[in-house]
Amino acid sequence: MAEAAAKAEGGALPVSTTETAVEIIDMNKWYGDFHVLRNINLKVMRGERIVICGPSGSGKSTMIRCINRLEEHQNGTIVVDGITLTNDLKRIDEIRREVGMVFQHFNLFPHLTILENLTLAPIWVRRMPKKEAEEIAMRFLTRVKIPEQANKYPGQLSGGQQQRVAIARALCMNPRIMLFDEPTSALDPEMIKEVLDVMVDLAEEGMTMLVVTHEMGFARQVANRIIFMDAGQIIEQNEPEQFFTNPQHERTRLFLSQILH
Amino acid sequence: MTERADLTPDVARSLAYVRGEEEPILPPPRGRRGMVEAMFASLFSSVGNAVLTIVGLALIVLVVPPIIRWAFIDAVWTGDNREACLSPEAGACWAFVRAKFWQFMYGRYPLGERWRVDLTAVLLIAGLVPMAIPRVPFKRENVVYLLGIFPLVALILLTGGDFNIGPGLFRIVILLGCFAVGISALFIASGGDGGMVRILAAAAGVAGVPLLILSAAIGHLGRIAFGMTVVDLLLAVLGLVALVGGALAIHGAAGAAGLRRLLPLAVTVGIVVAVLLLLRIDYGLRWVETPLWGGLLVTLVVAIVGIVGSMPLGILLALGRRSRLPVVRFVSIAFIEFVRGVPLITVLFMASVMLPLFLPAGVNFDKLVRALVGVTLFSAAYVAEVVRGGLQAIPRGQYEAASALGLGYAASMRLIILPQALKIVIPGLVNSFISLFKDTSLVLIIGIFDLLGIVQLNFTDPNWASPNTPATGYVFAALVFWMFCFGMSRYSIYTERRLDTGYRR
Repeated sequence: MAEAAAKAEGGALPVSTTETAVEIIDMNKWYGDFHVLRNINLKVMRGERIVICGPSGSGKSTMIRCINRLEEHQNGTIVVDGITLTNDLKRIDEIRREVGMVFQHFNLFPHLTILENLTLAPIWVRRMPKKEAEEIAMRFLTRVKIPEQANKYPGQLSGGQQQRVAIARALCMNPRIMLFDEPTSALDPEMIKEVLDVMVDLAEEGMTMLVVTHEMGFARQVANRIIFMDAGQIIEQNEPEQFFTNPQHERTRLFLSQILH
Repeated sequence: MTERADLTPDVARSLAYVRGEEEPILPPPRGRRGMVEAMFASLFSSVGNAVLTIVGLALIVLVVPPIIRWAFIDAVWTGDNREACLSPEAGACWAFVRAKFWQFMYGRYPLGERWRVDLTAVLLIAGLVPMAIPRVPFKRENVVYLLGIFPLVALILLTGGDFNIGPGLFRIVILLGCFAVGISALFIASGGDGGMVRILAAAAGVAGVPLLILSAAIGHLGRIAFGMTVVDLLLAVLGLVALVGGALAIHGAAGAAGLRRLLPLAVTVGIVVAVLLLLRIDYGLRWVETPLWGGLLVTLVVAIVGIVGSMPLGILLALGRRSRLPVVRFVSIAFIEFVRGVPLITVLFMASVMLPLFLPAGVNFDKLVRALVGVTLFSAAYVAEVVRGGLQAIPRGQYEAASALGLGYAASMRLIILPQALKIVIPGLVNSFISLFKDTSLVLIIGIFDLLGIVQLNFTDPNWASPNTPATGYVFAALVFWMFCFGMSRYSIYTERRLDTGYRR
């Protein structure tokens, strides 16, 4: 699989062939008796953009949520940015500082202004002076093209704007890896593009990204590799061109025929 | 789609439409009806409504005039004793309230010292008013004043200060401080890469700080003749050596940041010792023991201490009940369920009668203090359940977002979860506080006379015994209670609106 990762240099940007960002080895997870993740093996190199797709309930969200320990895996090994994930709270916090996450439902903090949403973690986790944190926050708000909303509350923004704030909030922690958990699924059709544009920008800067999404246009445009999951297993992974034009597994072909009309 | 178009091509064609010009944006229509018309529309819109309106009016006519008659027209406003209120036509005996008013406020607080209560009230209002108005700056300083300086000043003013605090209490405080500092030093040092030896050295070293203070305190207080004894001297030297060693160990294990993390605890111990020292000073004020306190003074003292004390305790219990640590969860649940399962009267009785049995001989708390502790613990259990309701209303996504950003448990609770949860439960919290305010009357059964207690006590004054005296007294007490409770209610509504950021457009 390492070779597959190294070969899959779909984008114009260089993907590291030696530096691993995330490595998942023989990982299993159960909810009670239900085997949600079955023997997952995945290696993501630094700078890679991975798109994970599959039917609902296939375990794709659960898998990326295991990477920053929002879900606990029962056996197997997860190494993030050189740190092995264990029950040690210190290591979990270390990993969470390096891994940004964007959620389907944005999860902005409704009682704080946009600027406060962005500066909270840098101030309290990175111990950054308030002024510096605000400067950085404004820089990222400008990058996601909504600096004028800085002093509003999340409830006053549209869904697309909220999701862009959520991306900026994660970026303010200066993460080395970004996880996206269906970032456009809760958005109105007209707002999907503004969020995807921000994600494309991010990809073009060389951020390591793991994106759970059904936006196949986005996958084609930025992914180095597409992973298809079903029933808790990785069924197929390939570079986008091959994945779309020449899917190998029966289940993949069925899935693609369902979503690409 | 094409099929349907084929079926009805003419209909589709005839309904085709492209907007030419934009519709104008208009203001909403104004209410056209006048007051009288609107009233009739709502009060007499149907036969049923008309009947209800007439019955309601009849009730008002039946009830309100007699009340006004009793309370104002026939009321006796002046008089020096019961004579004026004895006439059969007399209404409310306000002369009674007028004569006893100051007793209702202060209880048996000595006449010459009542300015101290007044001054305390002024100091409280001076802190409370700017705190309650959101626009006034210096909120942080205001909180320090209200929760730090004011209680100390109020305690000294109301009691007179000059507490009999012996070195025993200092030792207890300092030992507790030593314990706390030692444990946190252990945590800090174990966080670094220091070995076990270093950790132990750090703990021992930091434990030396309190030893140093202890010996200094004992020496300073002059309890032992001419400053330090040999033991003190030994302790001081030991403490000093341990302090330097411990500081070096922590510095080695966790760096300068580790030392800095000890600062808050050291400051806390320092403040407690300083407060104790301040309480010992003789300010030349006469000692007013709490059995002399009474009336509104006691009501407010119990209510304010209860509210301020039960809030943080309740929050901790609510968090404890949701904790993943079984022991913490069990203790919280046991406390909450036990306290909620018994009446406040029982808690007060226990605080008043049983607590002394558990305390070592010679340690004797004031009866009022025991009532305060009882009321606070009782209220904390209710506050805990209210707060827990708020915690459960916060979506899991908020916890996850906080975790994903790397915020720890304490930080995510303090910065993300609690601000939202507490905002949701403001109505429930104020409900608890209003109920606590009124429950203060129950302190009567352990022999403390709050406002209601002192009013009732005065019914037995033969000088004022008249048919209308009790009713008047109760109405007066009710009015005072209502004023405070209604005030809290209104302020909570105002706060709710002000904090409602989530959906503000």
